[in-house]
Amino acid sequence: MNALALARRPLVYVLLSVAAFVSVFPFYWMVVGATNKSADIVTGKPSLGDSLFANAATFFATVDVARIFWNSALIAVVGSLLTLAVSSLAGYGFEMFRSRFRERLFALMLLLLSIPFAALMVPLFVMISQAHLTNTYAAVILPGIASIFIIFYFRQATKAFPAELRDAARVDGLKEWQIFLYIYLPVMRSTYAAATIIVFMANWNNYLWPLIVLNTADMKTATLIISALTSAYTPDYGMILFGTVLATLPTLIIFFLLQRQFVEGLLGSVK
Amino acid sequence: MAQAKLGRSEQVTGWAFVAPALVLLGIFMIYPIIWSLWMSFQVGKGMNLSFGGWANIIRLTKDPVFIRALVNTCIFFVVQVPIMIVLALLFAVALNDPKLRFRGLFRTAIFLPCVTSLIAYSTLFKSMFATDGVVNNALIWLHVVSGPIPWLQDPFWAKVLIILAITWRWTGYNMIFYLAALQNIDRSIYEAARIDGIPAWARFTGITIPMLKPVILFTTIISTIGTLQLFDEVNNITIGGPSDATLTLSLYIYNLTFKFMPSFGYSATVSWVIVVIVAILSFLQFLIARDRRPAA
Repeated sequence: MNALALARRPLVYVLLSVAAFVSVFPFYWMVVGATNKSADIVTGKPSLGDSLFANAATFFATVDVARIFWNSALIAVVGSLLTLAVSSLAGYGFEMFRSRFRERLFALMLLLLSIPFAALMVPLFVMISQAHLTNTYAAVILPGIASIFIIFYFRQATKAFPAELRDAARVDGLKEWQIFLYIYLPVMRSTYAAATIIVFMANWNNYLWPLIVLNTADMKTATLIISALTSAYTPDYGMILFGTVLATLPTLIIFFLLQRQFVEGLLGSVK
Repeated sequence: MAQAKLGRSEQVTGWAFVAPALVLLGIFMIYPIIWSLWMSFQVGKGMNLSFGGWANIIRLTKDPVFIRALVNTCIFFVVQVPIMIVLALLFAVALNDPKLRFRGLFRTAIFLPCVTSLIAYSTLFKSMFATDGVVNNALIWLHVVSGPIPWLQDPFWAKVLIILAITWRWTGYNMIFYLAALQNIDRSIYEAARIDGIPAWARFTGITIPMLKPVILFTTIISTIGTLQLFDEVNNITIGGPSDATLTLSLYIYNLTFKFMPSFGYSATVSWVIVVIVAILSFLQFLIARDRRPAA
């Protein structure tokens, strides 16, 4: 081994350590911030303070915590389940039952992937208003259910689904929907785990579209309400960071619960 | 005869599986796209629209705010995407070394920012980069700068802050795609190259990069689309300021539609500018990727 290779190894550890530190530090800052007064946070006090309960009290007094987290949870859970159901059915269908016409439709769909949301925003808003759906959960959830990205992801993953399993199930007399429900779904659980993380995070963190269609405080999500707190003239960062800790917990928990399958699921899709 | 019947029932089943998604995409994607294209040729306030021909396109060329938003968006894209892709590649290659210790720990740490919610991370960046905030304190303590950097007040530093924020959030996300792809490369290729005395850097440019080309292309296009649609970060960290220094096209469209006197037609025209840029860039990226393929 030459000198260059010997010198490279510590360099790799330094690089990765710096990257890991930079990545994790804001999380540390968030937790520490939730225990400090706003004045201490903007002047960069990096140690734990004693204002955790004061911040919590202010947060609970300022916003209807139960209500906004209920709104967020309902939108994220129902939205994710519908997205997973509709998009995985389509991904499975496109891969398992190929026809020339459907292949063309699929190619067209991939083209649509590059159309930015900004281009759809205005007509979608007008459609939702004309259907009298503004300020409803349905308005937030409906446009996102058929996700091209997730359909594409499931189609790629379905390529790894063993054909023998399906053939055996057919011989046993199972109907197509039974094969999907009782064979495909359990076999592909790592793909579903990965897709769940992606879809849940996207729904939970969704900002622009809910900002447009939800307009009363009792319908708004945690993301919208906490974001509005930060644009106050003198934001109370202690209270806000306490809120962000709460708002980050659900995605963190889901991530750590499904992490193992997530990495495996992604590996499967790229193959 | 039996063969044909089976084929037909398979056709029906195939359509049944994809139908819900296709119907929803038709309503919530195809229809709005066609509508928005039609709308981009309309002029007027609110829903009181009339056909304006090229009026909106002419207005684009004379609108200094649009030009500024376009330039800002391009700056974010040109500076941020390459930095992020290179960093993500470096981390992925480093983490792919089986002899590396604490791999899982490093991987989870670098991926962690993707899990944070948008508000969490924009609030964090806003407070960490306050004038007397923890970042300026650290930089002064390390003698990198003599006085605090006006991250949120200065047009240049506000752009830097947005670039730092997006890079922090999305590098780990891209890294995971590279890591997954790297694990599909046969290790014996590297062994053979090493025995032939090919240096590490040449192995990286000669083997790793060509093998990862499809994934690099995929992530570059996804990142390009993401950066050109930049909205959440600028609306939450800088609100497009100071003096429009971080105004992006998406934020301008939002302002045109929901903040100023609504002009749906003109904002639809601005949104089609993004579509055209994404289409051109994706096409260029495909061309570049294809040109070099024979070498791989």
